[in-house]
Amino acid sequence: MSLLNIFNVSGSAASAQSQRLNVVASNLANADTVAGPDGKAYKARQVTFQTQLMGAGGNPASSAGVAVSAITEDQSVGRRVHDPKHPSADADGYVTYSNVNAVEEMVNMISASRSYQNNIEVMNTAKSLMLKTLQMGQS
Amino acid sequence: MLNRLTDALDFQAQALALRSERQRLIASNIANADTPGYVARDMNFAQALRDASGANGASGGNASMARPAVSQAGSQPGHIPLGAPAGGAYSNLLYASPSQTNLDRNTVDMDRERASFADNTVKYEATLRFISGNVRTTLSAITGQ
Repeated sequence: MSLLNIFNVSGSAASAQSQRLNVVASNLANADTVAGPDGKAYKARQVTFQTQLMGAGGNPASSAGVAVSAITEDQSVGRRVHDPKHPSADADGYVTYSNVNAVEEMVNMISASRSYQNNIEVMNTAKSLMLKTLQMGQS
Repeated sequence: MLNRLTDALDFQAQALALRSERQRLIASNIANADTPGYVARDMNFAQALRDASGANGASGGNASMARPAVSQAGSQPGHIPLGAPAGGAYSNLLYASPSQTNLDRNTVDMDRERASFADNTVKYEATLRFISGNVRTTLSAITGQ
């Protein structure tokens, strides 16, 4: 039954989007962390999505779910601030912060939450259609 | 005799199966709205229904909407003939052309997909009501009230 498969498709997408939201949350939480004793600050992370074919009945191309294929770290140099009195300052008096861009993360967060809502609505519609199908011939 | 009663229902059943198939397609498109390189798919519903019901003109639920005759020939007398696949329209899925070019080569247009999804939902419910009405008409004919 095709409608049952919608829950798999939209569920995988909602799970992928919530993972993206999770990464955004950890990026934002670490936006102001400074480099530890090893000199390496937190690197912003980014998820990459990938289509996952779910061939359950019919053409497998017609039901395509989503999976997170990789979580990559942004390798750009972190923000450096001159603050010689900071306990984590290096020999030149610079403190290295994480390379998280808060504006980018906020945009990412809104996009993820909108996509999540879309998938939930698709599931709600599929559910109400299935309930109506079950009541077919009654009333 | 009995097929006169069920042929009209059969056509609506084909339409319902195709509607749920299209619903699944659009759900896949919405699910992959953020996947790089994903190309949106859709089906030509009229063509798919014509193929599935095996008639040249979809003019209504009459006897010409019956399933096509099985065309596979068996070379041995014991071969089981292959039936027509349920909703044999899976092969002619179309690719949606992008309305706006995207840096990650994703061609899902969310406005279009949401509109198609709502449209397909309404038409699925309409088909359900057609079937219910058909059943009710047949029942009232049987009970004679």
